[in-house]
Amino acid sequence: MSGEPSFTLDDQPVPFQDGQTIMEAARVAGVYIPHLCFNPDFAPHGSCRVCLVKVNGRPQAACTTPAVAGQVVQSEIEELQEIRRGILEMMFVEGNHICPACEKSGACQLQAVAYYVGMLAPRFTYFYPQRTLDASHPDAVIDFNRCILCELCVRASRDIDGKNVFAVQNRGLKAHLVINTPSGKLGATTFSITDKAAQVCPTGAILIKNRGYETPIGRRLYDRQPVNVVGDVAQVPESEGGRRHE
Amino acid sequence: MAESSTLAQTIHDIVQRHNSVPTRLLQILREVQDSLTWLSPEAIERVADEIGLSPDKVQRVAEFYSFLYTAPRGSYDILFSDNITDRMLGNRRLLRYLCDLLGVGIGQTRADNRVSIGVTSCTGLCDQGPAALVNGYALPRLDKPRLDRIAELINSQTPLSEWPQDFFEVTSNIRRADILLGRHFADGAALRAVLKRGSQAILEELIKSGLRGQGGAGYKLALKWISCHDAPGEVKYVVCNADEGEPGTFKDRVLMQEYADLVFEGMTLCGRVIGARQGFVYLRGEYRYLLDSLKATLQRRREIGLLGQSILGESGFDFDIDIHLGAGAYVCGEESALIESLEGKHGVPRIRPPFPTTHGYLNKPTVVNNVETFAVTAKIATEGGAWFASRGTAESKGTKLLSVSGDCERPGIYEYPFGVTVRRVLEDCGARDAQGIQMAGPAGHTISPKQYDRRICFDDLATGGSFMVFAKHRDILDGMRNFAHFFVHESCGFCTPCRVGTSLMRDLVDKVHTGHGARADLDEMRRLGRIMKAASHCGLGQTAPNSVLDSLDQFPEAWERRLRSTSYEPAFDLDAALSEARRLSGRDDPGAHLPDEQSDLVRLAKLLADQDAPMSDDERNLLGALP
Amino acid sequence: MSKLKVATCSLAGCFGCHMSILDLDERLFTLVDLVEFDRSPITDVKQIGYCDVGIIEGGVANAENVHVLREFRAHCKILISMGACAITGGVPAMRNRFTLKECLEESYISGAGLVDAQIPNDPEIPLLLSQVHPIHEVVKIDYFLPGCPPSADAIWTFLTQLLSGQPIALSYTQLHYD
Ligand SMILES: Cc1cc2nc3c(=O)[nH]c(=O)nc-3n(C[C@H](O)[C@H](O)[C@H](O)COP(=O)(O)O)c2cc1C
Ligand code: SF4
Ligand code: SF4
Ligand code: SF4
Repeated sequence: MSGEPSFTLDDQPVPFQDGQTIMEAARVAGVYIPHLCFNPDFAPHGSCRVCLVKVNGRPQAACTTPAVAGQVVQSEIEELQEIRRGILEMMFVEGNHICPACEKSGACQLQAVAYYVGMLAPRFTYFYPQRTLDASHPDAVIDFNRCILCELCVRASRDIDGKNVFAVQNRGLKAHLVINTPSGKLGATTFSITDKAAQVCPTGAILIKNRGYETPIGRRLYDRQPVNVVGDVAQVPESEGGRRHE
Repeated sequence: MAESSTLAQTIHDIVQRHNSVPTRLLQILREVQDSLTWLSPEAIERVADEIGLSPDKVQRVAEFYSFLYTAPRGSYDILFSDNITDRMLGNRRLLRYLCDLLGVGIGQTRADNRVSIGVTSCTGLCDQGPAALVNGYALPRLDKPRLDRIAELINSQTPLSEWPQDFFEVTSNIRRADILLGRHFADGAALRAVLKRGSQAILEELIKSGLRGQGGAGYKLALKWISCHDAPGEVKYVVCNADEGEPGTFKDRVLMQEYADLVFEGMTLCGRVIGARQGFVYLRGEYRYLLDSLKATLQRRREIGLLGQSILGESGFDFDIDIHLGAGAYVCGEESALIESLEGKHGVPRIRPPFPTTHGYLNKPTVVNNVETFAVTAKIATEGGAWFASRGTAESKGTKLLSVSGDCERPGIYEYPFGVTVRRVLEDCGARDAQGIQMAGPAGHTISPKQYDRRICFDDLATGGSFMVFAKHRDILDGMRNFAHFFVHESCGFCTPCRVGTSLMRDLVDKVHTGHGARADLDEMRRLGRIMKAASHCGLGQTAPNSVLDSLDQFPEAWERRLRSTSYEPAFDLDAALSEARRLSGRDDPGAHLPDEQSDLVRLAKLLADQDAPMSDDERNLLGALP
Repeated sequence: MSKLKVATCSLAGCFGCHMSILDLDERLFTLVDLVEFDRSPITDVKQIGYCDVGIIEGGVANAENVHVLREFRAHCKILISMGACAITGGVPAMRNRFTLKECLEESYISGAGLVDAQIPNDPEIPLLLSQVHPIHEVVKIDYFLPGCPPSADAIWTFLTQLLSGQPIALSYTQLHYD
């Protein structure tokens, strides 16, 4: 048979074009692979590791692994969902995620992916780190307690907005997001809520002011349908409860 | 004012010396720190300005490497090597001793900014520890009298150049030599061979030799060189990985100290074969003391026509080598992180593919090989692939340098043909009562006596060369705890499973080691280990749980001995969690304390006495286990 | 079949989860046919006897929470962590970013309108832990039922599945953290 090359993803054939990753090909084919640091508008990053799949039996990140004809890719298997739950648990215990007190709740991709993989509780021991909240900007708040270091804001501000407002500093568990000004305050930057960087955060770390709790519970982005149906918060227009500006 | 203008001048001079090239950023920051003792915000700003980088990029590098300081340090900065082998030799006692002598706390800088003392990961002096670094220079064989002297020298502000030379004398301790260390090599022989026979013939010898990378992963050398040779592009690079960060490994140090010509010859050979004109040695910061002699060797090679333009008079055979110093980051031994670091950046591993052979240094095709690998290629070029392949096993040809340390009579370097048994090594090094071996470092395998007949080779026990012996009187868990802390310190923090997982693992190991663990914690370690192995971005996180997981299998009793007799224990110390409230309220009545829970046995006894009590499955299991 | 015994309690929580249990409405009648409530705010029984199932709302914030939680663990075959506070520490855990000293001084020393301000030291008042913790950091938990609170539907699904020995499978809208 000629035509486009393909691989199988959970036994379904997925066609791809040369140079595409497993994630991109699956996305085009409309097959969902859970992810957080991947955003189709950016080069793959590979840091959250939620998109872990098995490629010919070997665990690999779908977002960074090139598609190859004939590959056998597994995604929706219990072994991987278990690992993904573990990674999500790590994200929850690493920061301070108090969903009931978070404006983003219900429209948060971190939460939605955790629902998708069936995480009931972050069972690892909580770190309860001491992190801050910065409301110095007139239109936006950044709550570092909820940052999962996906670096989407870093990439968006640097590569698309050309502002380089965000950066990651230090290493290991001490790695953390910073604002690139001497004061470290968002208000001291040229950040604007129309920036790409304001539209990409998968969590409630970067929030637009004066817009909290606009949508009643039950009608929020992920209230009724899961993330695989609704899509990434950054891809859904604002009018529908997402982040994309029109 | 005057101070800031000297700072500006110092930085200007250093940056100029490096031609303001961003790829030299790490080297520049090292030198700035050498002059100023730390990288102040002002210094970082100046460096960024001089090179034309944004300050956050410079800050990123300054914060990433553990030998770069963004807070004031003493003009004498001492870092004690804290590998388990240093601990076996009593480094912690010495560390406290020196802190007391100098009146400074661990990890702190004395108020007069004269001295700071801290700890660092293994410095590669395991056969002559306990060791430390002073301003980056290695201090082997520490003991109390020597520390007394060091404290005097510091208090009298004696410059390092006037300290007794024997304080810095690093010995090689080559205990067993085979074809690599044992046979004479005439400088230039490999380069003459490649000129005489051509690159193709040398590649064929390398294929015939079956040589595999000696850094640990064991990738076929010839395939790597061919792939880089075939990669499109005019500009290519050769990189020698002398980061040697795996705790317990020090064979690359000995090669760089005693056989540098052989290593440089291998690199130059590679340059000729793949068509590269520039090579780099990435030398771990801990081996800083070797820098001057290595530079002198390079200069000598240039003078005798073995390096530089028209090598051996062959026009067009141009190749030179530059040495970059690392700055305390184990992850920079991973080849793509190493390349990032060579480019002057912080060392986060790249996404692979593409691999360095097509997209390496500055995105050009690059061969990265271990020090030992390069040394061996030079030998193969002169002696032939068949000669090399006559040693070793079917899948692992030739020999391997082992760095043997820990509880044995003769620590040092041992060269064996691949396939040697663990038992043989133990006999040779005089390890009479080994209860276990940590092979290939904390990322490798934990071996118990029933495995001593296993063979060291890629198809059985693969290793980069670390071989740490634990005698019977040791607690294996001391090692596991040391390793767990090592990975916390060295995780680059890029990906979730390793960034968070290494710290979770450390906390679990600490919990059990301090006698606060229960069986559920061992299960949790296994679950965590599975996630880290499968999901981490690079080899560091993928191998970080190995020693814990192996030891759970190989030394279950070492873990179980430490467990409380309960099936589940709190994640934190309950009574200690009340201490703040006790202090604030001034209470100390019984109600102001939370005693440990009664052991399972007491609880079961109560249950048995009480006929109404229903029993959980756990309890039934516990009862079943009773004698 | 004899009825299963169930106990419930609220530690550092807001009783919202218990309200949600009451929200079962007429299903409560079905429930009491299946189970007998032991210690619970619903029965006002203060001492827990041996139970099949214990349901805990709220995290662990003080010494008394620890005692009650241990009692429950010792008396219940199956222990369930219900709601965001039990599972993550929840809203009470927002104090974890402050020291206990800051918290107590804010409430008892520098608060408005205080006379003879002092930090309470009566032995009757349980001492606070330096941080609020989820209950699984103190005792073994067998099941988690998230939500703030979990909806009555989620509780119903959970309990009916648990009592009939099925694996727990909440529907998409029944699984949430808020
Ligand atoms: C965390 C980590 C650390 C590493 N450290 C070293 C090292 O210090 N030296 C080394 O040669 N290889 C190290 N490696 C392996 C390198 O990535 C690479 O495989 C090696 O340099 C290739 O050379 P070889 O084929 O000659 O062994 C490390 C790998 C990882 C994942
Ligand atoms: S960011 Fe998402 S997961 Fe975190 S607290 Fe907010 S809603 Fe919950
Ligand atoms: S603030 Fe949001 S977008 Fe930025 S790194 Fe953190 S989680 Fe990602
Ligand atoms: S596994 Fe991830 S966090 Fe760990 S060193 Fe590698 S890239 Fe960094």
